[in-house]
Amino acid sequence: MGASDVKVPAAAGHIVRNEDLIFERSRAGRQGYHLPDLGIPEKDISSMIPGELLRDDIEGMPEVSEFEVVRHFTRLSTWNYGVDTGLYPLGSCTMKYNPKINESIARFEGFGKAHPLLPEFLSQGSLEILRQLEDALAEITGLPHISLQPAAGAHGELTAMLAIRACHAKRGHVRKTVLIPDSAHGTNPASAIMCGYEVHGVTSTSAGLLDPADVERNMTEDVAALMLTNPNTLGKFEEEIDKVCEIVHAKGGFVYMDGANMNALMGISRPGDMGVDCMHLNLHKTFSTPHGGGGPGAGPIGVVDELEPYLPNPRVARNADGTLQLNFDRPDSIGRVRAFVGNFGVLVRALAYIYTLGADGLREATETAVLNANYIKHRLEDVYALAYEGSVLHEVVFTDRRQQAFGVKNSDIAKRIIDYGFYPPTMSFPLIAPGAIMIEPTETESREELDLFIDSMRAIAEECEQTPDIVRSAPHRTRMGRFDETAAARKPVLRWQPEKGKVAGA
Amino acid sequence: MLASMGKSDIMELFESIPERLRLSRPLNLPAPKSEFDLAAYFRDLADRNRTSGDVFLGAGVYDHFAPVVIDHMALRSEWYTAYTPYQPELSQGTLQAIFEFQTMVCQLTGLEVANASLYDGSTAVAEAVLMALRVNKGRHRVVMAASVHPHYRAVVNTYLRNSDVEIVEVGFDSTGRIDLEAAALDGNTAAIVVQSPNFFGVIENLDDICAAARDAGALSVVGVAEAMSLGVLKAPGDSGADIVCGEAQSFGVPMSFGGPFVGFFATREKFVRQLPGRLVGRALDSHGQLGFVLTLSTREQHIRREKATSNICTNQGLFMLMATIYLSTMGRKGLREVAEQNIRKAHEAAARIASLPGYTVKFSGPTFNEFVVSTPRPARQLRDELAAGGIVAGVPLDRYYAGMDNDLLIAVTETASIESIDRLVSALAEFGGAN
Repeated sequence: MGASDVKVPAAAGHIVRNEDLIFERSRAGRQGYHLPDLGIPEKDISSMIPGELLRDDIEGMPEVSEFEVVRHFTRLSTWNYGVDTGLYPLGSCTMKYNPKINESIARFEGFGKAHPLLPEFLSQGSLEILRQLEDALAEITGLPHISLQPAAGAHGELTAMLAIRACHAKRGHVRKTVLIPDSAHGTNPASAIMCGYEVHGVTSTSAGLLDPADVERNMTEDVAALMLTNPNTLGKFEEEIDKVCEIVHAKGGFVYMDGANMNALMGISRPGDMGVDCMHLNLHKTFSTPHGGGGPGAGPIGVVDELEPYLPNPRVARNADGTLQLNFDRPDSIGRVRAFVGNFGVLVRALAYIYTLGADGLREATETAVLNANYIKHRLEDVYALAYEGSVLHEVVFTDRRQQAFGVKNSDIAKRIIDYGFYPPTMSFPLIAPGAIMIEPTETESREELDLFIDSMRAIAEECEQTPDIVRSAPHRTRMGRFDETAAARKPVLRWQPEKGKVAGA
Repeated sequence: MLASMGKSDIMELFESIPERLRLSRPLNLPAPKSEFDLAAYFRDLADRNRTSGDVFLGAGVYDHFAPVVIDHMALRSEWYTAYTPYQPELSQGTLQAIFEFQTMVCQLTGLEVANASLYDGSTAVAEAVLMALRVNKGRHRVVMAASVHPHYRAVVNTYLRNSDVEIVEVGFDSTGRIDLEAAALDGNTAAIVVQSPNFFGVIENLDDICAAARDAGALSVVGVAEAMSLGVLKAPGDSGADIVCGEAQSFGVPMSFGGPFVGFFATREKFVRQLPGRLVGRALDSHGQLGFVLTLSTREQHIRREKATSNICTNQGLFMLMATIYLSTMGRKGLREVAEQNIRKAHEAAARIASLPGYTVKFSGPTFNEFVVSTPRPARQLRDELAAGGIVAGVPLDRYYAGMDNDLLIAVTETASIESIDRLVSALAEFGGAN
């Protein structure tokens, strides 16, 4: 009798796949910590703080053992998919390998236990890291002044646009509008609005690029800035970016570049040399710092000389004796954008990455990222329609145009690729590519992994024609099936509540 | 691979970048380092920071004990190499952890809904002010206690610098608490913002502040820079606060020279559609199983673009996770025990320092783990002299408040040993005299 003849009885449940909420694991009296003795007599708390300012209890907070904490969070982690699990071709997010040495370095006690308000002479190591990263990023972007403070890309956009507005104000006219191409990330318009500007759209050409003539038509002395992305969200280089910058500059405006796609340019081309006045970088994309399940990132900005006085406080400055200090004496600064100097732990990792690769390594990373994206384009363009024809750099945008004929949408393809063991590409934008399938493999994937992904995408294209129901009802192999997100938003349940009358562990 | 595409040179793939825009030289960066050399290089930089010894710094960043289980769990790469949980089928771990975090923030703050975290405490307070202005549309005045963390106030000012909103700063009295009378809350006031414990470590009377806000139709915003205090202090939501937000660094997150940290944000259910940032909610899948998804995303920039409630895109996922593991480990009892140790040690230190000639505790209001000491000599000078000897006694307040040249903000957490407190007290005694 072969193994296939054995009838396996269904298990009633699977403990790893059915982990409860931590609150449901709680049992009165369990604990996972052990504090040292106080070492002084235990005075009554209410003799130090009036009783009416104190709470009795933290109702609902869990009581679990250390091992239960470990089991709980280990089990939950297995329900996630990370770059370490497999190819994560999320377009525009640059999900590259996060080198392990950077994790070790960021955990050195001299960094982890550094209080940001230590006197400067006790913080020289931290300040040196900030300064060296500023120097490296200035060289990579061609923009001479870097502020490392912004916590994320969107925060960098906000910071830079505030600086632009402050500069216009100093010149005497703050202006009214910011021009944003229709291919831009949603954060761009949201950031411009937070700075008190109105947003005016610029239409892309049929090649998916900025149209200098359209920029010229829209560019007036009421326009504060143009916010563009280069390469843009279609993975295409804005070939006339220098002309576009000239048009904007001629009317006294600034050009802001969203640097989300800097992975296509390292060592090849520098925004500062294109005429860009300021930009942000996403260290968690281009410079390999972990995405952390959605943060923390870091969104440093680079600016030209004219915008430097407006950068947030403080700035790192070198003293005559070679030591570093934080300079707050900057009257035109937009002020602080966060409590302290930056997402330091992320900055350390990014500097370690740059120092590991060096100039040649960064350029090679870019070359390989572009090679990998073009390889995917080459191997899939006969089965998936390109959103826009022409060459691409680090990412490629297909659409579901052909698959729609069989009633299959891009979101169905996304769910089906999960069954093959991959994370799905980006599907939510750019807005100028309806049904987008935006693929960014990054440089750290091997050809073998790319081939597996390509084979899977080709198999899905065939399924769309032969067995579209399988694609439409995917995923089939995950712990959870497809969710009803609309119903979830209609009656949102955003927290756990103890069941009335039920005591945990009773 | 190139050959399979009919190309012979990698630069053929970069043809869309015009020659005139290409860099014609290599980047000028240090030569690449091996893993061994890299570690040695950064070890040297790390060692140039002084982080050991007797450090009594707080002011929004606190040295608390963090159980090692936090880092062991956070180092599982399924957590830290994933991204924002857009695809729920592959992200249930992160989504459930966020749901647990949201729940814990509600339990701690006494409020009904909480988001998935924000960048840090300062931006959380700034987002709270923006939210209050959305809720109270048409009102153009925000009252801000001068005892809110000066960096937080600075961030609020930056965020609002291009609005027509007037930010009115209100001072404090000899208790160190906000001078509520001077706040003059009126029909044009969108919000009153206080911090508790405030920057001086003094616990505000939130019952009175929230009642005054309610009477004026303003939202009460309570910032919390030392989240550990929530383990023992009355939940601000129970005092009537409309928004409670702040910094959760104290919950197992390293000080790391000021970031990354994790901002938290909670409010009343009726304001849920005005919340900034990501939210996770329960959902049913196609088999009828309960799970979690990102929800109410129509508030957000990727859908609403310029009409979004905030430009925020990510939260602080990994540090939110670390805080959740910390809170799970310490739990209902442990959090209170730690908080009580903070109170006992800080009050012990304050009492000993106050008994030294020339030193007084400046404010009479009740404090948690931080307090202001008036020093017999300029506090900055004193701080520098003690620091040279290995004791960082606190934060001098001269650069934050006019006329507070002789005031030092001292934090004492559960990690300060009694011997360390002894050394601080002796050094203050020794250096307190005239030059």
